[in-house]
Amino acid sequence: MRRLTPYLLALPSWMWLAIFLVVPLAAMASVSLQTGNVIDGFVMTFSVSNYSNAISGYSTQFARSLVYGGLATVAMLLIGYPVAYWIAFKGGSRKSMYLFLLLLPFFVSFVLRTIAWGFLLSDDGILFGTLKGWGLLPADFHVLATAFAVVAGLAYNWLPFMILPIYVSLERVDPRVVEAAHDLYATRGAAFRKVVLPLSLPGVFAGVLMTFVPATADPINAQVLGGTGNTMIGNIIQTEYLVNADYPTASALSFTLMAVLLVGIFIYARVLGTENVLEAAAR
Amino acid sequence: MRRARLGDRLLHGYTWLVIIWLSSPIAVMILFGFNDTPSKSNTRWHGFTLKWYEQLFAIPDLTTALRNSILIAAASTVITVVIGTMLGLALGRYRFRGQGATNFLVFAAISTPELVMGASLLSLFVSANLPRDAVTITIAHVLFSLSFVTVTVRARVVTLDPALEEAAKDLGAGPWATFRQVTLPTILPGVLAGAMLAFALSIDDYVVTSFVNGSTLTFPLWIVGSVKTGIPPQVNVMGTLIFGIGVLIAIANAVVARRRI
Amino acid sequence: MNRLYTPALVRGMTQPRTRREAFRIAGLSAAGLALAACGVEGQKAAPPKADAVQEYWAKQQKHGKVVFANWPEYMPEDKAPLEQFKQATGISYEYKEVINENAEFFGKADPVLRAGQSLGYDIVVMTNGIQLQHMIELGYVVALDQSKMPNFLANAGAKYKERSYDPGNVHTMPYTSGVTGIAYNTKYVKDDVTSIEALFDPKYKGRVGMMSDAQEIANFGMIALGIDPENSTEAEWKKAGEKLKAQRDAGIVRKYYDQNYIDAVSKGDVWVTMAWSGDVFQRQLAGEPVKFVVPQEGGTIWTDNMLIPKGAANPVDAMMLMDFLYKPEVAAELDEFIQFVTPVPAVQDLLRKKADSATGEDKQALLDMVDSPLMFPTDADYAKLHSYTKLTTAQEQVFNPIFQSITQA
Repeated sequence: MRRLTPYLLALPSWMWLAIFLVVPLAAMASVSLQTGNVIDGFVMTFSVSNYSNAISGYSTQFARSLVYGGLATVAMLLIGYPVAYWIAFKGGSRKSMYLFLLLLPFFVSFVLRTIAWGFLLSDDGILFGTLKGWGLLPADFHVLATAFAVVAGLAYNWLPFMILPIYVSLERVDPRVVEAAHDLYATRGAAFRKVVLPLSLPGVFAGVLMTFVPATADPINAQVLGGTGNTMIGNIIQTEYLVNADYPTASALSFTLMAVLLVGIFIYARVLGTENVLEAAAR
Repeated sequence: MRRARLGDRLLHGYTWLVIIWLSSPIAVMILFGFNDTPSKSNTRWHGFTLKWYEQLFAIPDLTTALRNSILIAAASTVITVVIGTMLGLALGRYRFRGQGATNFLVFAAISTPELVMGASLLSLFVSANLPRDAVTITIAHVLFSLSFVTVTVRARVVTLDPALEEAAKDLGAGPWATFRQVTLPTILPGVLAGAMLAFALSIDDYVVTSFVNGSTLTFPLWIVGSVKTGIPPQVNVMGTLIFGIGVLIAIANAVVARRRI
Repeated sequence: MNRLYTPALVRGMTQPRTRREAFRIAGLSAAGLALAACGVEGQKAAPPKADAVQEYWAKQQKHGKVVFANWPEYMPEDKAPLEQFKQATGISYEYKEVINENAEFFGKADPVLRAGQSLGYDIVVMTNGIQLQHMIELGYVVALDQSKMPNFLANAGAKYKERSYDPGNVHTMPYTSGVTGIAYNTKYVKDDVTSIEALFDPKYKGRVGMMSDAQEIANFGMIALGIDPENSTEAEWKKAGEKLKAQRDAGIVRKYYDQNYIDAVSKGDVWVTMAWSGDVFQRQLAGEPVKFVVPQEGGTIWTDNMLIPKGAANPVDAMMLMDFLYKPEVAAELDEFIQFVTPVPAVQDLLRKKADSATGEDKQALLDMVDSPLMFPTDADYAKLHSYTKLTTAQEQVFNPIFQSITQA
């Protein structure tokens, strides 16, 4: 019975994923190897050229998405880790309250939040208009319609997905372990680096996985906050699928994106050695 | 000791700063729920009014959409938390055949662009002759939230000390009792965090929902539909109320927790 | 027939947890073909033959209900026109605001219609353009019953009865139209903008908005070069593409917008932008400092059209409703709310009469509408307005990349 436990635990999710993810994705993979158009139909031709055309045609947007996603992830890590740290160690009885408050804005419509940011960050709006009036900023300074706005938007929208998992693993760390390190003459920095940080790595890995991946694939922030030259691969996929009804190209792009992200996460896991942590824990 | 206190205070202030930063657009949203705008567009301040609060349910489709969103989010959160926690436990605690493949599937679910997920689910439902409505929306929401709950719970489970569970078993506890009294309390923060993420993902989802909704409207769908002609202030009011109720829950939680200690 | 999900494919790609699961999935899909033959059949349909159309309609009957799918804010809240329809004919209606964008709607409708299933709607509204073209070419649109369109034939403006994208009104009836022109913020732009060249003017560097839709931006590129978009050739598209690319490379364009240009120009983030008439009208009502102008070189007119999708359950009732909306009084009620361009010219006089007998704010609002060229373009205006370029599927493959490579670089 013991041996069966993991299989039984995983069973419902497996079924869900098998039916609703694997089957549709397999169909999409099949479509990605077809040629044709929406009017005359698509035929399976095993055309790998869909992939090579997609990659060569949109390599700029691919690279750009990885850069924006990466920058946003680093930003989220730097901004979010201290918050997770403080709530985990010093949040006391109010931990859940803080976590909930972090997520609460995201229960409210994304559209409203974005419009509100557009209002706040408007070139001559409340924030920048005032600063320009005081002569602190040049007249043609603008944040909207820049790469910075897109990356900031990505970081903003996915931040709780970085903070929560890091919190979850940090909260497990016994503060007495940190105290013990201090007792053994470790400085605060060393105690953090050698004791706390490694213990939080599973959380950091989870956080990076849940932010870097969706941020890189995200089309909305580029669409709303970007200018010319900020188009991301998510936008391309959207155009190819919806506007051009070019299902094979859209599918090929999606699978390429997933493959690239998988490689990225894999490298990251190896470098961090997180895989070892997970394995060791499971033993 | 004094240096430690200062560091702690800075971090405390910093945490509040981040919370405020995350909430700043909400402030704008709340403000424009009081805007006395004469036209369909609600972007320029005209004056203070409470009339939108009175006319909150004046748009029946919008009210229905909000109700749908809340019900679907609740249902999908419950389902996702249950099966996702189970999967997170399995992945984090045990070694079993197919673990690598499962990890890969979890990753695939996160990395599938929403558009692809929505479109391929629609094709699946069409092939299976399944009518598109709240049920299919819930199925889709569970699908994309599952990985987030699993990964979050797994991050927590990985830190579990198996010795505790073994001790419980040695003392004669059955598997369910062990789970309920030893494992669950320890992983609860991970489960709750996953639940909050799942709820947030579901209640504000647009792309996937837009493919599999049939003609059932959810709150985000309705709002996006109204962007072209102007989002009515009732939407701001509803957002304000959701946020307000959330804040009250958070405060109540804090008060209750304090009393427990 | 959708052959994407075949038993062989499913068995090969998944590991169903139970055999029952496997059989269930297998049973759901069409008859088995190996993975190599997996494909999606084209549904290209020949134009309907007149007798086939008549045969179809001869078999249809009135059922007493109709399901109308439309864009948001295209029907007054009290649904007065629909209520009047119900009073007059006894047909009950269901009205659903489920269409947000043509591309998105087509993306949702294609798999359903391709599988031979019904969308669940009797009337659907789509803008003329690539997706509507696809719907017609794929045979997803029921040919209208020409004998049941008396109000349309009597009351629709001449331009709305002769549309290049639907000659003979075989498939669609216009619902409302809009004009694409230039909007500018009067706070930042002190001169009167009259020419399309304002969009390409270096003095507005970084302050110009263009639309991201390939057909919209192509039209303006061609109009700026004096080309008629409706009859343009590939060489002319390329020329337009070069002009637009130059505009982009010179840093003149701040952003290619889907729909959010109106917020941007109202706030002054963008000073001059391509824009739709109705959006500007709305903002003017709200007191924003924006003005709209149809460039003297020309602008674009687009139409949202009613059509009956394949598999509609109540086509006869749908025809009756579509035609009912062409009664001038009903059209006037619709247009008063929608505030775009109505296909029924008589509405202008009706609204004027209503304004005469109204008082106060209502009177002013009505007069603003009646006198607005945004809602009632003059003949001179119409002469300058062009439709989108009509494209075959093959031409699309050339047209789209030219312009998308500019907006999505």
